Amino acid sequence: MASITMENLGKVYAGDVRAVTGVSLDIADGEMIVLVGPSGCGKSTLLRMVAGLETITEGTLRIGDRVVNRLEPAERDIAMVFQNYALYPHMTVYNNLAYGLKNRRMARAEIERRVTAAAEMLQIGAFLDRKPRQLSGGQRQRVAMGRALVREPAAFLFDEPLSNLDAKLRVQMRVEIRQLQKRLATTSLYVTHDQLEALTLADRLVVLNGGRIEQTGTPMEVYARPATTFVAGFIGSPAMNMLPADWLRGVVAADALAHLPAGADLIGLRPEDMSLAPPTNGGLTLEARLMLLEPAGAESHLHVRFDGLDDMFVVRLPHVPAVEEGSRLAFSLAREALHPFDATTGLRL
Amino acid sequence: MVDNNRLGDLLAHLVLILGVAVVVFPVYVAVIASTHPPGTFVRGVMPLLPGPNALENYKTVILEGRSRAGTPPIGGMLWNSFVMAMAITIGKLSISLLSAFAIVYFRFPFRIFFFWVIFLTLMLPVEVRIVPTFQVVADLGMLNSFAGLSIPLIASATATFLFRQFFMTVPEELMEAARVDGAGPMKFFRDILVPLSITNIAALFVIMFIYGWNQYLWPLLITTDPAYYTIVMGIQRMVTGGDSEPLWHLVMATVVLAALPPILVILFMQRLFVKGLTETEK
Repeated sequence: MASITMENLGKVYAGDVRAVTGVSLDIADGEMIVLVGPSGCGKSTLLRMVAGLETITEGTLRIGDRVVNRLEPAERDIAMVFQNYALYPHMTVYNNLAYGLKNRRMARAEIERRVTAAAEMLQIGAFLDRKPRQLSGGQRQRVAMGRALVREPAAFLFDEPLSNLDAKLRVQMRVEIRQLQKRLATTSLYVTHDQLEALTLADRLVVLNGGRIEQTGTPMEVYARPATTFVAGFIGSPAMNMLPADWLRGVVAADALAHLPAGADLIGLRPEDMSLAPPTNGGLTLEARLMLLEPAGAESHLHVRFDGLDDMFVVRLPHVPAVEEGSRLAFSLAREALHPFDATTGLRL
Repeated sequence: MVDNNRLGDLLAHLVLILGVAVVVFPVYVAVIASTHPPGTFVRGVMPLLPGPNALENYKTVILEGRSRAGTPPIGGMLWNSFVMAMAITIGKLSISLLSAFAIVYFRFPFRIFFFWVIFLTLMLPVEVRIVPTFQVVADLGMLNSFAGLSIPLIASATATFLFRQFFMTVPEELMEAARVDGAGPMKFFRDILVPLSITNIAALFVIMFIYGWNQYLWPLLITTDPAYYTIVMGIQRMVTGGDSEPLWHLVMATVVLAALPPILVILFMQRLFVKGLTETEK
């Protein structure tokens, strides 16, 4: 087990294509970090740089106290779970798990002990003699996890390991991965584009965009105080509404926005921070026309249009209200629910 | 449609049976001819039923050969052919596996250039380069040797190309997983790439073995010592050698024996081959 330290990591491909720029991140021993971002944001590249599958063109990478920039993946003491599992199709599950250990010339008894223990932990003991093609997607996923587990490495690297599973299995495996990681307390770096996965798994979340870190923080920090408009739009579903400050000043009492810093010209407002309840003391009220009501079981999404704005905005309610499409509704919200941003820099103020 | 099915089936089978008959008939004639006493074949009327001399003919061919025509007993020639075909097959497979591995998995200068050079050699089969190749082999003192028989035929652009295409379908993550698991390039090649290619190897083995077995022109050129005659050129010598009429009954017995090893290879390899086609790994 070890910490991972990234100092100004950068990746430039041949032909001057930048994939990752100036990433600095300290991952504490036993911490689970989730890298999240849209496709092409450099999150997988960054993970592969840590794994040693991509060369590091800028900066320093340390695992524990060692600088590992130029080491082969096998010498970095990491284990990786691939998106498509990358199981060796001609080997049995047992040999898939044992292969990395055999290559390290581990004693046969120790290999057997570790494989059996991992298989038991992942409940794949019954399949040890099977080939990967005889397993279901979820079982293959477990084998891929097992292959990482038996190594007892300094760090686990996960490259979107759940994206090939169906929705139900994904939730189940997500929980299992988290439990396992907490139990083993192994430093982990997890890449996903699924923000729900990111929020639920992470000790700390790293939001990447265009090869740079947009924000680092605990899931609730990132959710409650998104540092940029990008993070605000990416974390949270449905995405945060962005209201022009000028318009907002025109429709609410002047002192209602007094707490916002000067220069805030874009105001973020989470769909779930609005309600149909009467405004509380000091709260704001916004009127809007309901254009579309989407019931979603336990909650509902209301697509509304505010007077004077062309775009549609979303309100999320924890129930399905008895309202007609086309009717005018008054939404109340707390002052603290407003997130002030600078529209030109995209930064939170 | 349902009513027509019977007629359709009948027609299809008729065509198939006809096709099989056309292919099988010459083989049948060869087998029949190898069972008749000398002279039957040249009389002009081809017998279609087995003759009485089968045992005697095969005994002659296997034990005595035709010393008059300068052909040794065929056991030796079969062995020579087998050694040559195996050397060519194994050589071709190992070299093309390795070169395809190099081309697909390594980044070295002029990689694409070398790939095309290998590919270009497809245009230069033995027959085209036979004079210079003969010169080289002669200068290296490899005339009348198994090395001379097999080495010039070992390079194979076809197999290299086929393995390259196969390797390119192997997911890159397998290589990466192996790297994380501490397998170096050759270990990855041996432990993962070769086992995954086993069905391709089996298919190419069959093709290459028959290619090697059927070599005619090249052995004819570089062997003058009867100890290195191969079976295919032995047949030719039996037909043309000597002053008398060709002894067709013996020639045909040799032909039948010469056809056996490739058939055995196909039968043996077919199981692997079919297994590979029906059970796709992935």
